[in-house]
Amino acid sequence: MNPFIQRRRMLGSGLMAALLPAVLRAQDDQTGGDPLGSMQYPSLREQTIGKATAKFSDAVMVKGPAFADDAMNVPLLVDARGLDKVGGGVARIRVAVDRNPVRQVLDFEPLRALPMLAFRIRMEQASPVRAFVQTKDGQWHVGSTWVQAAGGGCTVPGLTRADGSWSKTLGQVQARFFNNVLEGSRRLRVRVMHPMDTGLVAGIPAFYIEELQLLDSTGQAWWKLALHEPVSENPLITFELPPQAVPGLRLIGRDNNGNRIDAEVGA
Amino acid sequence: MSAAPGRSQASSHRSPQGGGIPLKRWLLFTTLALAGAAQAQSIPVPPMAAKPDAATFNYDLQPRQIAEGTWVIEGAVQDFSRANGCNIINTAFIATGAGVVVINTGPSRLYGEQQRRAIERVTREPVVRVLELNLHPDYFFGNQAWADRPTQALAGSIAGMQAEGTAYADNLYRLCGDWMRGTESTPARETVLPQTLQLGQHQLELKRLHGHTADDLVLLDHRTGVLFAGGLVFAERVPTTPHADFAAWQASLDALEQWHASGAVKQVVPSHGPVHSGLAGVQQTRDWLRWLTALMQESAGRGLDLGEVLETPVPERFARWAAQPAELHRSLTQWYPRYELRVLGAPGAR
Repeated sequence: MNPFIQRRRMLGSGLMAALLPAVLRAQDDQTGGDPLGSMQYPSLREQTIGKATAKFSDAVMVKGPAFADDAMNVPLLVDARGLDKVGGGVARIRVAVDRNPVRQVLDFEPLRALPMLAFRIRMEQASPVRAFVQTKDGQWHVGSTWVQAAGGGCTVPGLTRADGSWSKTLGQVQARFFNNVLEGSRRLRVRVMHPMDTGLVAGIPAFYIEELQLLDSTGQAWWKLALHEPVSENPLITFELPPQAVPGLRLIGRDNNGNRIDAEVGA
Repeated sequence: MSAAPGRSQASSHRSPQGGGIPLKRWLLFTTLALAGAAQAQSIPVPPMAAKPDAATFNYDLQPRQIAEGTWVIEGAVQDFSRANGCNIINTAFIATGAGVVVINTGPSRLYGEQQRRAIERVTREPVVRVLELNLHPDYFFGNQAWADRPTQALAGSIAGMQAEGTAYADNLYRLCGDWMRGTESTPARETVLPQTLQLGQHQLELKRLHGHTADDLVLLDHRTGVLFAGGLVFAERVPTTPHADFAAWQASLDALEQWHASGAVKQVVPSHGPVHSGLAGVQQTRDWLRWLTALMQESAGRGLDLGEVLETPVPERFARWAAQPAELHRSLTQWYPRYELRVLGAPGAR
């Protein structure tokens, strides 16, 4: 995707500069300079980061499948480590999808974790997927990818909603560390049982985890995560933490109905 | 997470501190560990004789005789596409002297109609029975053309056709467009039991195996030695796994191998891939299923996310196969999450 984006940008900017005066250029580009050429990008940016400006950046990597074979579980990887030495490092990562009925996906503050994340989302149709990354100097950097999908992922009930089993497992947590998937890092994979209803299926209101954080025994947060409706049922999320084991970690969170999530995360 | 296999160049370019090394070492280990397993030989794929014409929706079906009284109508060794009219399945018929047995009816109403005309051009014998080897749509979506003949499948296949037919139709209309015009899912009407049929000079042994689906019908013609292996054998094409039970599938391949060892099998007609002799197709399928399941197990044990596993490069011996990597991605998307959950362990405090 990387060379493709670069080529698109070079072609685009080269042609535009040659053919149009600067004023017209700004008026005519209804994609806000989006290398993926999406007309939804300007409104998505405003919804995600308000009036702030954002630079398109190859340092923010967003990876999805070429085709979303399961539109209810589209695996995404976001990696902003390329910004570690830019603007004081990464403060937050916001993920959003241009063409989903609910466009905001999640908001991640890495704190002591690496600025990278793997998770799965629902997609209603083929769309660009964005990571808006704010460095500590306040600047926003955007990485994108295009995911093809037959779609329909947001408007059908998940498995545990369909069979009614969600109520027996609500809020249960599975968590496990894996050493050295990345050298010198400790991977944490966390799964929380929750139907994550989008509110777009008739008769089933939106019901989803709003907040998750990893706390140590002194109450310090190691990362914080705010989730929105498009995150897949029973979210499985992958974090990268410092290599040394920390005793007494807990996963704490709540959903939009006030149900608490609280589980030990064994070292 | 940028350490996913196959992305080392891109990730080192973008994030020099990313550590792809351990994973590569692990992949090398996996490759070596699997190198001891039997690896299948390749099977020549003849160029496609049929030239499907999307202007007239003509599949250009050309029955090819492979044994006495036995013809196959070969589909493209490819994935579904509009260019091939979504004709990627091998159908067949046997003129037994006591009527014709048709095996599989193709992906659409049009295919079934054209198949029926193609058979009538070859033999004047009446069709006495239409067999469908499993529940997948390209095995039975031509059934509308055979409404006046007994269409038959194993009981589990018929139940599956009834349960999933509408979803299959949605998917094929999306993939194949107007080639599907007028097609409605029409499941087989009669249950067939495993048995040996004597029709004319042909003794047809019907056997129920499973693993590709819950009910895989295979047919061995003892007169000609032609084995119609259905979806249990894929040749030069990535096996599809939406209804797979991997362990049962391997056991069924054992059964086919034993059948072969008895000397009864002279040619193998897989549902997807070239007709061949010998065990090459069985071995290719076995090799793939072993590699796929080992990849999922070991990746889950290392803590890889689905998105990373999707980027695994396939070993060279599989790289030329049809439907690569789309079919691999479908298999991983469906099955890898179960392997992930297994290693995450029981919920609650750990």
